Amino acid sequence: MLSRTANNIYWMARSLERAENMTRLLDVSHNMALMPNSRGGQQELLAPLSITGRRDQFHARHDKVSTEALLEFFLFDESNDGSIFSCIQLARANAHSVRDRLSAEAWESINTTWLELRHRRHRSINHEGVKGLFDWIKQRSHEFRGAAYGTMLHNDAFLFMRLGTFIERADNTARILNAKLEVMAGERDSNQAIDFYQWNALLQSLGAYEAYHYSYTGGLSARNVTELLILSAQLPRSLRYCVGAIMEQLSSIEGSQGLAAKRLCSELHARLQYGEVDYILEFGLHDYLNDLLRRINTIGDEIHRSYWEGA
Amino acid sequence: MTEIPAVAPGLYDEMLRGEGARAHYQAYLDWLKKTPDATLEQKHREADTLFRRFGITFNVYGEEEGTERLIPFDLIPRIIPADEWQKLELGLRQRVSALNRFLHDIYHDQEILKAGIIPAEQVLTNQQFQVAMLGVDLPGETYAHITGVDLIRASDGEYYVLEDNLRTPSGVSYMLENRKMMMRLFPELFLSQSVAPVEHYPNLLLDTLQSAIEADSPCVVVLTPGRYNSAFFEHAFLAQQMGVPLVEGADLFVQKGCVFMRTTTGSRRVHVIYRRIDDAFLDPLAFNPDSMLGVPGLLSVYRDGNVILANALGTGVADDKSIYPYVPDMIRFYLDETPILNNVPTWQCRKEEDLNHVLENLHELVVKEVHGAGGYGMLIGPKASRDEIEQFRQLLQQNPANYIAQPTLCLSTCPTMVAEGIAPRHIDLRPFVLTGREIRLVPGGLTRVALRDGSLVVNSSQGGGTKDTWVLEGSPC
Repeated sequence: MLSRTANNIYWMARSLERAENMTRLLDVSHNMALMPNSRGGQQELLAPLSITGRRDQFHARHDKVSTEALLEFFLFDESNDGSIFSCIQLARANAHSVRDRLSAEAWESINTTWLELRHRRHRSINHEGVKGLFDWIKQRSHEFRGAAYGTMLHNDAFLFMRLGTFIERADNTARILNAKLEVMAGERDSNQAIDFYQWNALLQSLGAYEAYHYSYTGGLSARNVTELLILSAQLPRSLRYCVGAIMEQLSSIEGSQGLAAKRLCSELHARLQYGEVDYILEFGLHDYLNDLLRRINTIGDEIHRSYWEGA
Repeated sequence: MTEIPAVAPGLYDEMLRGEGARAHYQAYLDWLKKTPDATLEQKHREADTLFRRFGITFNVYGEEEGTERLIPFDLIPRIIPADEWQKLELGLRQRVSALNRFLHDIYHDQEILKAGIIPAEQVLTNQQFQVAMLGVDLPGETYAHITGVDLIRASDGEYYVLEDNLRTPSGVSYMLENRKMMMRLFPELFLSQSVAPVEHYPNLLLDTLQSAIEADSPCVVVLTPGRYNSAFFEHAFLAQQMGVPLVEGADLFVQKGCVFMRTTTGSRRVHVIYRRIDDAFLDPLAFNPDSMLGVPGLLSVYRDGNVILANALGTGVADDKSIYPYVPDMIRFYLDETPILNNVPTWQCRKEEDLNHVLENLHELVVKEVHGAGGYGMLIGPKASRDEIEQFRQLLQQNPANYIAQPTLCLSTCPTMVAEGIAPRHIDLRPFVLTGREIRLVPGGLTRVALRDGSLVVNSSQGGGTKDTWVLEGSPC
């Protein structure tokens, strides 16, 4: 397929996934900030800023960190290219320029989301409304995925879309884990209850709450949560799962391009497939995640080089 | 229950005649009368929502980037009886054949100029005349693969050709989407009447484009200026319906005398380009050097016959207002036939006799710039002030060759849903003619409607709307 088209579809998927991830993150932060003993949720509220690397940008626009300011910044602020509004806008623009390669139902789904989001932006968002908005965005994301899955040819256009989704998702999972470690470290003296809510929140933001309780018995533990989110072969947001999916899409894309990406991806996947949680914890979770993030970035760069810069 | 207003005297209405309906509209009118207003209004809102959701829009120049607007869609169809369409179709075939013969001729032997039928300077000094096309042989001698012909029906009930569009005529996607919408909203109407289908247009178009070059399974692409272009929806729509890539200039490159596109599996040869960008932007090496839209080196590949452009380069010379008056002569000259479709009588101000007539009758004529488009640079005599008329008089005297004049024709009306209810509005018709190994067209075309009361301006950029166009099969003669 046309290189530009592949690129647009890939970034459409990344932006959509980013919007969904942002929603999950805000949802959890919002929940945590409402907890009685979270000291106003300062640490929690800072998490989205550090995960997305936008602390400076935020402070340039808002004097102090508050739930309202944070929601404003991440929901509808057009000057923040990581806001949900900006992500959906970009995804829709990408989809628009390649609408001939999307199925009518997939295109209509994303176009309708965009139209409705603009409409919702006009109304002000309050604490009660924001929950509904989060649910709605997640639903729209599910709907698009379903429409694309169920109505598009599972050809290269589709593979590049999935590729974008999983690269973004792997990146997101690693970043969230990293940021949570920071929050937890800052609350070393805290009691068991707070720990419990922290782990719970983490699982919820990755849609893995039920999956955890299905996989493990005996309550929440740092070790098990880490194992699930990094090494699970079945959880769609675990790092192993995402990297496996990237590997799968890459090998299915037509042609012999993308060798470097394929090689790096297989290597990384092998590490995760044969990885052990005890080794990871011993190595240091922080360093392990940073190394992983760097590898995922390199894979992304190689995809760029071979599929849309090489031709 | 629905009220249909009477036709104003002196106007030709497509649906109504005197107290009743024209025969081919009777069944529709019976249905319309017993359909409650509320139902129509609800369908109207439904259509609006669906068009918006599907993103069937056009972009407006001069506004914020990416401003997308809906073209207002009217629920009441324009209906054409079968016999009337048959005559139109014959006339369109004849006209388009002659125009293609003309284009081949002026870029080769120029017989029509030698015979003195058209003054040579009219053609050779025309801005749209492409010297680069002289002596270039095109397969099948086809220049205009896709032609949109604008027709109006005047108060006398006759059709007149207003304009031939041989560059990148647009609107066919709305013709197809309008039909889809009507079938969705009013299935019962299609069950009870036999409306000739138009949905196979993309197949005919692909076949026309593929047959434009001698190659096994030729690779066809649609070339668009990008998603900010006003007709981007149409470009994407046609590419998708034909199942061919939608490319931008930067996706293509020239190598070893051929055109290639950049794909994820490497470069791939392109044989036929359905280009939706103007001549001047096609090749920065040959034409406008600042253009980012085109493909450097495209012209030389084209001249060597290694790629086909649809439409060909230099077709614009045949749809110019200064050439338009000669189309009936072309038909007589090349085909030795009597023109079937009327031209609007046109005075060419470059002729002294015509100029004098125009200057004496400015208050009742429409004066147009020869190269103008989109309703700019014109005088509408009956609506102009004394000052405007005097101003145009001076312009005409200074540069008469730059103007033509036509009588003010009143476009026919068709009942249309507007804010006040159903009211007559002026319409025109643009059928699309495909020229490949044979000339083909689907029955109907795009009907545009001027939504403001009394307005004759049907352009979508100036607020016009569209209607579905029905050609009734087996309708009474």
